[in-house]
Amino acid sequence: MKMKVEFKLNGANVSVFAEPNRRLIDLLREEFELTGTKEGCGVGECGACTVLMNGRAVNSCLVLAVQAAGNEITTIEGIANGDLINPLQKNFLEFGAVQCGFCTPGMVLSASALLDKNPDPTEDEIKEAVAGNLCRCTGYKQIIEAVKETARLSRKN
Amino acid sequence: MSEEFSVVGKKIIREDGVEKVTGRAKFADDYKFPGMLHAVMVRINEAHAKINEIDFSALENEPAVSIVSASDVHGSKKVGMIKNDQPVFCSEKVVTPGDVVAMLVGESESKLRSLLPEIKIDYTPLPVLTDPEKSLNKNSVLIHPETGSNLIVHHPLRKGDVEKGFEESDEILEQTYKTQLIEHAYIEPEAVVAIPLGFSEGIKIIGSIQNPFTARKFVANVLNYPLAKVRVQQAHLGGSFGGKDDTMCILSARAAVAAIKTNRPVKIKYTREESVLESYKRHPYILKYKVGYNLNGKIKAMKIDILADGGAYASMSPFVTWRSVVQASGPYEIENVQTDVRAVYTNNPYTGAMRGFGSPQPIFAQESLMDEIASRLGISPDEIRRINGFKNGSVTATGQILKDHDVNLKKVLDVACGNTDFITKWKSNRDQKIFSLKYDPSNPILKDNQFIDPPENIRKGIGLAVSFRGCSLGAEGIDAASAYLSVQNDGSIYLDCGLAENGQGLRTTYSIIAAEVLGVSAEKIIYLELDTGITPESGPTVASRATLMGGSAVKNAAEILRDRLINLIKEEFKLGGEDVISFRDDLVFSRKKGLITKFTDLCKLAASRGINLSAIGWYKSPKVDWNEENGQGDAYFTYVYGCQIAEVSVNVSTGEVYIDKVTAVHDPGKVINKLGAEGQVYGGVTQGAGYGIFEEVTADNGFIRELNFDTYTIPTSMDIGEIKPVFVEGKENYGPWGAKSLGEPTLELTAAAIANAVSNAVGRRFYSLPLNLEEIILNKKLRPAGTKRGSSL
Ligand code: FES
Ligand code: FES
Repeated sequence: MKMKVEFKLNGANVSVFAEPNRRLIDLLREEFELTGTKEGCGVGECGACTVLMNGRAVNSCLVLAVQAAGNEITTIEGIANGDLINPLQKNFLEFGAVQCGFCTPGMVLSASALLDKNPDPTEDEIKEAVAGNLCRCTGYKQIIEAVKETARLSRKN
Repeated sequence: MSEEFSVVGKKIIREDGVEKVTGRAKFADDYKFPGMLHAVMVRINEAHAKINEIDFSALENEPAVSIVSASDVHGSKKVGMIKNDQPVFCSEKVVTPGDVVAMLVGESESKLRSLLPEIKIDYTPLPVLTDPEKSLNKNSVLIHPETGSNLIVHHPLRKGDVEKGFEESDEILEQTYKTQLIEHAYIEPEAVVAIPLGFSEGIKIIGSIQNPFTARKFVANVLNYPLAKVRVQQAHLGGSFGGKDDTMCILSARAAVAAIKTNRPVKIKYTREESVLESYKRHPYILKYKVGYNLNGKIKAMKIDILADGGAYASMSPFVTWRSVVQASGPYEIENVQTDVRAVYTNNPYTGAMRGFGSPQPIFAQESLMDEIASRLGISPDEIRRINGFKNGSVTATGQILKDHDVNLKKVLDVACGNTDFITKWKSNRDQKIFSLKYDPSNPILKDNQFIDPPENIRKGIGLAVSFRGCSLGAEGIDAASAYLSVQNDGSIYLDCGLAENGQGLRTTYSIIAAEVLGVSAEKIIYLELDTGITPESGPTVASRATLMGGSAVKNAAEILRDRLINLIKEEFKLGGEDVISFRDDLVFSRKKGLITKFTDLCKLAASRGINLSAIGWYKSPKVDWNEENGQGDAYFTYVYGCQIAEVSVNVSTGEVYIDKVTAVHDPGKVINKLGAEGQVYGGVTQGAGYGIFEEVTADNGFIRELNFDTYTIPTSMDIGEIKPVFVEGKENYGPWGAKSLGEPTLELTAAAIANAVSNAVGRRFYSLPLNLEEIILNKKLRPAGTKRGSSL
């Protein structure tokens, strides 16, 4: 039996029917064609499927679609608020924080959840915020630098 | 060109960066087609078994489900990178648990998966061979009986006379080292779609494919199609590291067979568990070294015996172990060397190409050995390497004279030692007093976090490792690459190359090279998708050959076009033949007359004069040669050198190793793409660290225990302190402006440097990777009963 799920997705109100066992990641990728949300493990270990739920980073492979009801979901497609890219994404590019790019959407979302809560994070806090996002390509250094720089610039403004 | 660069070596943003950072980049699983079907794999849960019968009768009431198996394969039923020993669908027997006997194809993937238990397979279990050391025993079961032996390959190397060398040595040291099976762990699991294009056009494949031309060959063989009827397009690739080659070629072939049978697009998408279960991995090695040396530190003779577990299929084993035989005695000039490297079949998961490709294993052994010899002689690790290390004109173990490039081994060593204050730290760590836990044996219960907290539990260590590495394919095969460059009327430029973007940033590097030659900004260059139907073939994207080979082809194409433009300018602007024309900042200059015109205007002019502004660039590597019998020859046409120094903190109570810092000094030749090069170092070192301290796939009777990231742990952002890349740009005759290789050297040294650092911290040596808790505390691996791999692990 399908259930009606209404929630806010990237700023717009949406309403869909979903089976009770359907995962949020599948709903996003298949129903809404938001394929920026990636699946790397399906068990909550890699963070490639990270989305924001009411501003908090969650693994969408561990969230049921029906749990989105009444909540606000932001995916990588909605993170720049209508712009092409936001300052964090820009710094990901400037600092070389992207290689294959498969982890990148999840990384960006975890990092922006951190920066929203904590505009002046220490290096350790940044490392902790992205510790649930595995990256096999970059060794994380340039990602951490990109987040640091974003925080620094936003404090300056 | 006088070496003032405007684009090369500068910080340039990745060409595909915006797509990736916005989530728009399409990876294989993001492709959908109308009418697309899904395929799921049917496996027998056995490591070695004869298939008697597969009973699909339970699916008779499922008309929407097609069964695809070996009988649907009209071309080659078996495929392989080097030997055709791997069935596309197994029909006679399975030789490892990842093997696939058939596929179910239908609309709903979850429905198909739910049908899998309905299929009844009748089979007879066969003896399971998991110990590579028993593989060549007379009475061992044969994995592929038709080959008559479990030996995949044997590479011998003979230089000088080792027995004489040992006689002339003051001391002899013998050690055995072991390295583990590890997983590539690209974050994107495998996915591919095959789309039938109709009878005359053939089939199109889009997938997470490392080497589209290899995939095309496999698919064409399996379908019995001409190459031109198979078009392979690479989707954005979510990491590969050597790992999305054979597996993806076979998945492409399976999808293609299903697509032809159903006449619908068919997608195969692996879960992480299936990816780990079926994909090939890094070879575990058993390495026996015997070395003779004199009291002055000079190594006289080295005898090496290496056994690689190839697992169930040959895959790239012959080439992986070939690199090992060339490099096993390290970057040291040794008069007498005798090396034998063998790869054998077992029922373990199969092993093939992985970043490093047969070098991390011998480097761990040879660099551990060098440190051990140094400590026996009472000299420091850098000294022993200075005494024996390669210099210009040195002769390698294969009898090759190192020339035509800066042999920068000692330079990278010096720079690394200088950067880290190596000697001082190494000595003071060595002389730390040995701490032993104080506890009362009559009441051995520890309290108050006695294990974890006391600062004296933490001991510091520093260690180094050096290597030389042959660039590109060497005597493995024909080595050539091509690039397509087309300048449009308005000065915008298309670029394409047959080598593949695997995430490493090759497209950016190529754009930089073309931009430099034509004096335009890199944004002018639009990089085209790699499509085997359009792009000229360039061999595989492996062996860190992309910058060197593909980069040279791009440079060649750009120079062809530049020369055509120069001729035009000289004619149009009546410049003398001896005038020098240069291209810079989107402008064109004459040495005599200064600014001549804008690049865009020049392109317009060229178009109006009917000049052909498209070109195929080509680069073929210089000759190499190899004698299979004695392992002598010029194995590679050039080499790169590297030195990494690891600084670690070891908790001597828990065995935990934390990597404080890795200083990575590499001579990759000229650095073209600065951000990309640094990214290679950070990523390679981090992977190397995972190999060094915690990654391991353990197999129980051929069955992998770590099928997902909950049990197979790769480094996270929390696991490594600082990584410092340093580039020493040595002179080189080959490659674009002398640019060579970097991707693999960054990874191959790290585990060895860490092992030496841990030894420096705790005063004991280690002979088996990874240096996990039990290795550090107990000098052995703890395994649940029955999960042993190999005889004495
Ligand atoms: S796919 Fe959700 S955490 Fe890996
Ligand atoms: S960039 Fe490839 S996994 Fe992070």
